[in-house]
Amino acid sequence: MIRSITQLKPAEEIERLLNGLDRVFIVGCGTCVTLTRTGGAPEVAAMKTQLSEAGKVVTGTTVVPVACDNLTGEILAGIDSQIRQADALLIMTCAYGVQTIARQIKKTVIPALNTLFIGKETGAGHFDEVCKQCGTCIIGETGGICPVTACHKGLVNGPCGGTNNGKCEIDPDKDCAWTAIYNRLKDLGRLDSMRKYQKPRNHLGEPSPGKFRLPAE
Amino acid sequence: MPSVFKKALDSGKFVVTCEAAPTKGTNLDTMKHHIELLKDKVDAMNVTDHQSSVMRYPSLGGAILVKEMGGEPILQMTCRDRNRLALQADLLFAASRGVHNVLCLTGDSVMLGDHKEAKPVFDLDSSQLVAAIRTMERGKDMAGNELDGGVRFCAGAIVTPEANPIEPQLIKFEKKLEAGAEFIQTQAVYDMDNFRKFMEYARQFPVKILAGVILLTSAPMARFMNKNVAGVTVPQSLIDEMASAPKGGALAKGIEIAGRMIRQIKEEKICDGVHIMAIGKEEKVVDIMAAAGL
Repeated sequence: MIRSITQLKPAEEIERLLNGLDRVFIVGCGTCVTLTRTGGAPEVAAMKTQLSEAGKVVTGTTVVPVACDNLTGEILAGIDSQIRQADALLIMTCAYGVQTIARQIKKTVIPALNTLFIGKETGAGHFDEVCKQCGTCIIGETGGICPVTACHKGLVNGPCGGTNNGKCEIDPDKDCAWTAIYNRLKDLGRLDSMRKYQKPRNHLGEPSPGKFRLPAE
Repeated sequence: MPSVFKKALDSGKFVVTCEAAPTKGTNLDTMKHHIELLKDKVDAMNVTDHQSSVMRYPSLGGAILVKEMGGEPILQMTCRDRNRLALQADLLFAASRGVHNVLCLTGDSVMLGDHKEAKPVFDLDSSQLVAAIRTMERGKDMAGNELDGGVRFCAGAIVTPEANPIEPQLIKFEKKLEAGAEFIQTQAVYDMDNFRKFMEYARQFPVKILAGVILLTSAPMARFMNKNVAGVTVPQSLIDEMASAPKGGALAKGIEIAGRMIRQIKEEKICDGVHIMAIGKEEKVVDIMAAAGL
């Protein structure tokens, strides 16, 4: 399962964003942010306490099941009176949820979280970014490990000189993608594919902003 | 016409290069002093490109300065800050101003420098930059369009002989050579046995290799590099030797060690030359060379 990985914004930033907005309704989400403990029921309750102590009026709170689902608009419509009393919605979901709500409710939305990456759960409580959705996938030649994502510099022809002991120069807690790719390809007897020169990447996979429409039947 | 540096590489002599480090700001007095002091003593001077991702006077400006002062510059180009348009444009500019040697590097992470929030580029990698230079020499840009007025470069790259594990580095090294690298300046080497082993492997390729020598300035500095500079390993014996220097004598000891290593590399013909990095102590290159008997 992939998850949207989020992090609570610094308290000062939330305070600044809510400046002049005294009545606040808080929205959490029952999916990714519940799992990562950044926007589930306990975090929403803690935020309510924090804002109340800071002198805000919390007109209500809710934890919607899946904030990024279009049904969220209908769920929020059901508690319209509490939302209408608020100057702003403080939304403790990922940016997909914030934008889904912003499109459906005519109200100022303030994100309480930063969305870091779309992560794969690789162990209990452990999430890794494994794909950047670049649109020009090369993992058929890199042992199924994406260097565009897993290498800090997105290098496609092998490691930089900053790697050591299988770790990345920016953080000894992060693995060097190219050490991992080397080990995988070696195991598979496919080191030849690492020796193959990769041309400069095509950054035109899907020009930003991405858009997709099902073709008409 | 091959560059002066290329001729030196091809001559079979023991080649010596060093660094001219651009300063932060437009006061180039220190850099000019180092260029003046060293330009006639070495075969070429590398001009670093925002070394350690710290914003400085540009390497291209520094390389032109070396050229104007009568030295032979090696333009260091990292892929960290420029996409393929900007890199090619700077190569055209370099060629038009008589800068004909380029060292192609990936570049340190932006996060390691003094503008940590900047957008990292890495549109190309070091092997692709070497390949781009070769493409431009054939009269075309990377998109296949004709160049009106061509370029010619002596292009090189780097390798880290003390990286662990070494195999992925060697695959990348071979890719750089296949892309067209004519010379290699290595990351600092201190373990001569290990470096000899690397050279036994590297000798099978027709490329000139200059061993990287970083001047040790104190025992704590050596320990700092071991901890913070990937691919650099100062053996304990050298750290102990640095620590044994009398008070105030650490720098002299570092110069002695660097000189001894260079002498050994030259006398035992381990590789084709040395690249001396006297980070922040560029005026000491003269003393290191004297200690090495160069």
